[in-house]
Amino acid sequence: MNVFFYIAAGVAILSTIMAISGKNAIHSLLYLILSLLAVSVIFYLLSAPFIAALEIIIYAGAIMVLFIFVTMMLNIGLEKESEKKWLKPRMWIIPSILAIILLVNLILALKNVEPVAPDKEPILPKQVGISLFSTYLLGVEIAGILLMAGVIGAYHLGSQKKKVKHRFLEIK
Amino acid sequence: MLTIPVGIQIIFAGVLFLLGLVGLLVRRNMIFMLMSIEIMFNSAGLVFIIAGTHWKQPDGQVMFIFILAVTAVEVSIALALILQVYHHYKTLDADAVNNLKDTN
Repeated sequence: MNVFFYIAAGVAILSTIMAISGKNAIHSLLYLILSLLAVSVIFYLLSAPFIAALEIIIYAGAIMVLFIFVTMMLNIGLEKESEKKWLKPRMWIIPSILAIILLVNLILALKNVEPVAPDKEPILPKQVGISLFSTYLLGVEIAGILLMAGVIGAYHLGSQKKKVKHRFLEIK
Repeated sequence: MLTIPVGIQIIFAGVLFLLGLVGLLVRRNMIFMLMSIEIMFNSAGLVFIIAGTHWKQPDGQVMFIFILAVTAVEVSIALALILQVYHHYKTLDADAVNNLKDTN
C-alpha cells in the first residue's frame, strides 16, 4: 500500500507544479483537477473513503467547474505582457528559496514523530455523521449561515446592472 | 493499510501548501492566485485527515467538511469579485487594481 501513497503524492506534487507554473488558465485548471484526484487517492489510502468521495464530487466536480465557467466566460487566453515580466527567474527565485527553507524546517521538525499503527480500520461515514450532527451541530448551523451569506454576496457582486464605482476611482 | 510515518505524510501536505504559497506569491493573474489559495486550503484539509487517521477519530473528517463549506463560499465570492474586476478594468492582472495608490 505504501507504494500507492508515494505514486499519488508524486503525481499530486508534479501536477500542482504544472498548475501554478502554466501559462494557459484552462490547462492549469486541468492540472489542478488532476492534483485533486491524486489527493483524493491519498484520502482513500488514509482510510477516509467518505472524504475521498467528497473531494472528487465537491472539489473536482463543483468548485473546479466554477473556475472553468469563469475562465471560459472571460475568454482568457495566454497571459499578458505584465505577467511575463514578473515571471522571470529573478522574481520567483526568492519566494521559492524561502518556501524551500520552510519545507526543510518542517522536515527537520517532523523527523522524530512515531509511525502510525499499522492495523487500523477505516473511519466510516456513519461515525463522521454522528460526530457532525451531535458534537459539531453548532458548526453545521454556522456553516449553513455562511453558505447563505455566500449566496447573497455572490448574487450582489455578480449583478452588473449599474456601475458601482466612486467618482474618485474613475479610470482616467 | 499505510505504514508510512505520519511525519512523511505531513511533509507531503507541507509541500503542497508551500507550492500554493509560492504560486500565490509569484503569479499576478487573479485566477492563478485563487487557484493557489485552493491548493493551500486543500493541503490544510489533508493535514486534518492525516491527524484524524493518526488518532482514529472522526473529528478530522468533520473539520474537512467545514473546510469544504468555507472553500465553496470563498470561491464563489472571489470569482464574483474577479468578474467585477474584469468588467471594470478589462484585465485580470492584480497589479492593475491599484486605484488606492496615490498616483499624483
